[in-house]
Amino acid sequence: MRNLFSYILKQYFFFLFLLLEVIAFSFVLQNNFQRATFLNSTGKVTGTILSAMNNVSEYLTLKRANEKLVNENAHLRNLLPDSYLITDKEEHYSRDSMYRYIGAKVISNSVNHQKNYLMLNKGSRHGIARDMGVITSDGIVGTVVDVTPQFSRVMSVLHINNKINGRILKNNHLGTVEWTGNYYRNGMLVDIPMHVELYPGDTIITSGNSLIFPEGIMVGTVEEYNKLPNEKFNTALIQYAVDYNNLYYVYVIVNLKKKEQMRLEKNPTNDQ
Amino acid sequence: MTSKVFINIIRFLILVFLQVFILENINLRGYINPYLYVYFILLLPFETPGWLLLISSFVLGFSIDTFLGTMGIHTASSVLMAFSRPLVIKAIPSRKDFEPGMKPSISDLGFLWFFSYSLILILIHHLALFYIEVFRFTDFFNTFLRVVISSFFTLLLVIIAQYLFFKASGKN
Repeated sequence: MRNLFSYILKQYFFFLFLLLEVIAFSFVLQNNFQRATFLNSTGKVTGTILSAMNNVSEYLTLKRANEKLVNENAHLRNLLPDSYLITDKEEHYSRDSMYRYIGAKVISNSVNHQKNYLMLNKGSRHGIARDMGVITSDGIVGTVVDVTPQFSRVMSVLHINNKINGRILKNNHLGTVEWTGNYYRNGMLVDIPMHVELYPGDTIITSGNSLIFPEGIMVGTVEEYNKLPNEKFNTALIQYAVDYNNLYYVYVIVNLKKKEQMRLEKNPTNDQ
Repeated sequence: MTSKVFINIIRFLILVFLQVFILENINLRGYINPYLYVYFILLLPFETPGWLLLISSFVLGFSIDTFLGTMGIHTASSVLMAFSRPLVIKAIPSRKDFEPGMKPSISDLGFLWFFSYSLILILIHHLALFYIEVFRFTDFFNTFLRVVISSFFTLLLVIIAQYLFFKASGKN
């Protein structure tokens, strides 16, 4: 036993290295629950520092952010019932609304990793929960993966494991949008059936098949599509509608009917 | 001695700040991500005890990880780099003899020594970092390309930093 101790003491450099690597890998491999606890403890400090830095850099981008908000306000104004000549007020029931939007500010963002995440300045205290979609006025941004009371962490569209249910607007064919992992403006639409024709400029939107995103949120446009003659399913290069390097304010989508939808999916009717 | 500790703590803070708020916001088509923060590990004095080398690298990687929201990948690769450092120092022949008070720098040990020392350690760090990040061996060559390009830019920044602060590091 004493020999063992003296051996470890002599080789302490190696054993300390092993110990630290084990700790580091336990961070890498932690599951969702552990990650949330971890973020809860570290998020307060880093979140506060990131928010403070963000307050500084915000001044530099204020003009562009304002322009965007004005444009969006104008667009929303166009959607008001007053903007239509004929208004059928009977059809607008507020309790029928399916989605609620929570505005939040991006306090940290990256586009140059293989797995990119964003941090938002709002969390569970503001009604944000896991698996909520995040969008901007331009299109889709990502999915909430972790929340703390004050902050939330969003898995960006620019994450090699993030797969989005997409749909080709003109012919309603479904496909999956993935990130190429290279340039942050380009992704790919995979699983396009052989008979579908696609041209540069064709629009890809969210399919609405998931509980996360409503239907029809802009994803991107086709940039290049080379159909291979012998492949059953093809891949198209798309350009994202959102400039992910240029995000200030985003909307978190709360699906108000999610519980009801999930209940239906969990208890399928017994046909036999 | 205390001034050396102080200088290293300041360097630590500056490099973490640079990495998190400036270098992370520069991106060039997703292939080039310099990780200049490893400069801290490169510049630690030769007489730094092993435990301190490992622990400070751990804390460095951990700080980067918490700010970037990347779980453990920078911690794991920084610790690996710190562990390899004594081996690399032993392996690279130096024309000058090691004297007490010498620092791992161009001014003390020459360009060629510092270049190979930094290159090997940065490659070790970046290889670990990028492969742990993707955590799979598909796209092996794509990841490898990213390692090579990013290592080149990290090394370039390290050398530039050496020449920028040549005088300052010569005195201390």
